[in-house]
Amino acid sequence: MLEYFLLLISAVFVNNVVLAQYLGQCPYLGCSKEKGVSIGMGGAVIFVMLIATPITWLIQSLVLIPLDLGYLQTIMFILVIASLVQLVEMFLKKAIPPLYSSLGIFLPLITTNCAVLGVAILVQRNSYDLGTSVYYSFATGLGFMLALVLLASIRERMEISRLPLSMKGVPAGLVIAGIMSMSFMAFAGMI
Amino acid sequence: MLTSVLSLLALGFIAAVVLSVASRVFYVEEDPRVAAVSEALPGANCGGCGFAGCDAYAAAVIQDPSVSAGLCCAGGPDVAAKVGELSGKAAGGADPQISFRRCVKDQGKVAKKYDYQGLSSCAASAQLEDGPDACRFSCLGFGDCVKVCNFNAMYIENDLVRIDPDKCVACGACVGVCPNHILEMIPRRARVQVFCSTKDKMKDVMNVCEAGCINCGKCIKKCPATAISNPDGRIQIDQAVCLAYGPDCEEACVEACPRNILRLMCSVSSAAKAREAAAAAAAAPAQAPEQPQPTA
Repeated sequence: MLEYFLLLISAVFVNNVVLAQYLGQCPYLGCSKEKGVSIGMGGAVIFVMLIATPITWLIQSLVLIPLDLGYLQTIMFILVIASLVQLVEMFLKKAIPPLYSSLGIFLPLITTNCAVLGVAILVQRNSYDLGTSVYYSFATGLGFMLALVLLASIRERMEISRLPLSMKGVPAGLVIAGIMSMSFMAFAGMI
Repeated sequence: MLTSVLSLLALGFIAAVVLSVASRVFYVEEDPRVAAVSEALPGANCGGCGFAGCDAYAAAVIQDPSVSAGLCCAGGPDVAAKVGELSGKAAGGADPQISFRRCVKDQGKVAKKYDYQGLSSCAASAQLEDGPDACRFSCLGFGDCVKVCNFNAMYIENDLVRIDPDKCVACGACVGVCPNHILEMIPRRARVQVFCSTKDKMKDVMNVCEAGCINCGKCIKKCPATAISNPDGRIQIDQAVCLAYGPDCEEACVEACPRNILRLMCSVSSAAKAREAAAAAAAAPAQAPEQPQPTA
């Protein structure tokens, strides 16, 4: 039990996929202007990770390893993730149209979100079993969402603050992202 | 080698089957009129209509009864008519507009504050004491507006931006990027316009610009339509009021302006010029030629 708790803490805080491993920077900066959108994006990424990780795990253990095709890992995983994103896009368009329109261009961009691919590859590197892989991908997605929501909350505040003109928008966002990343380094000694 | 190709093909095939099934299950029925309107729009995605792009406008014009069919400035009247027909709304949109530069820097010397050497951008130069010109309301001439114009309607000549009236579609992209706020949208059929955008007082203007508006207010007093005012210290013509009053005033403001800052717009577009010439040619035989007024 403690092991799972530590895995959660590790994935969300210590080895946060965005702030410590620097994966998924594009949606991190692109979808963090409003809290609502960042929660939606985080949810969509968690959803894609939760489906992509077990499928890629199965492909790895049932196809790639038995057939000795380890070198096809990246291309196979990208194919699976791209198809899943298409699926999620169709699902959101049908079920939650407001979220679909607010995510806009960033939804198809999950296809190339390296955080999703990163998790699929990391679970293979760490040799997790299927259950742990799914759990780990959920925890990583949660960490992704946390980073997005935190940055969005700060940027919403920044919108109404007095900033030098040259710092408004993306420059301020990048500086805050850097400071957040440094503050998350403090978690490094936790586990 | 064969195994890898086959396994990739198999995975691709499975993904294709799953997606095609999903596309049926999650099929969302869309109003076919939205697609038709999208098709009719020019696809410039300039944002001049106030929506994110052509598709967003197409959806809004069909779904929202308050969205007019004539908002596409890039498409002009033909597209407005087509969109009106498809959406069942009146095609008449807002008055066709055009971007207008309010600076006469080329007609009188403007004093320099310093020699600017830096990024070739109006926004960057404006951050250093409002730019190198001593006038805070001059055209900086680095062409930030030219860069954002998707229709090649703007160019720089003698450090001053020029607008090609035939290419300008009034998307308004240039207005937002000008750090000195000297670009504004005016109706294409505007009769008179203020050619300077200064807010400074007479003495300050005289010190920095030979040609600028000295805010003497004579035009405000002479305008019988009360269309001219200076709400924020800048002479402004309410074009709607001016156009509604019509030519009865005989452009009293233009006559009154001692610095020739208020000028007749004549016909701003060569297309409009051609139309007017054709109309004049058609009307000429019916009218008696105007006699020149005797002068003292």
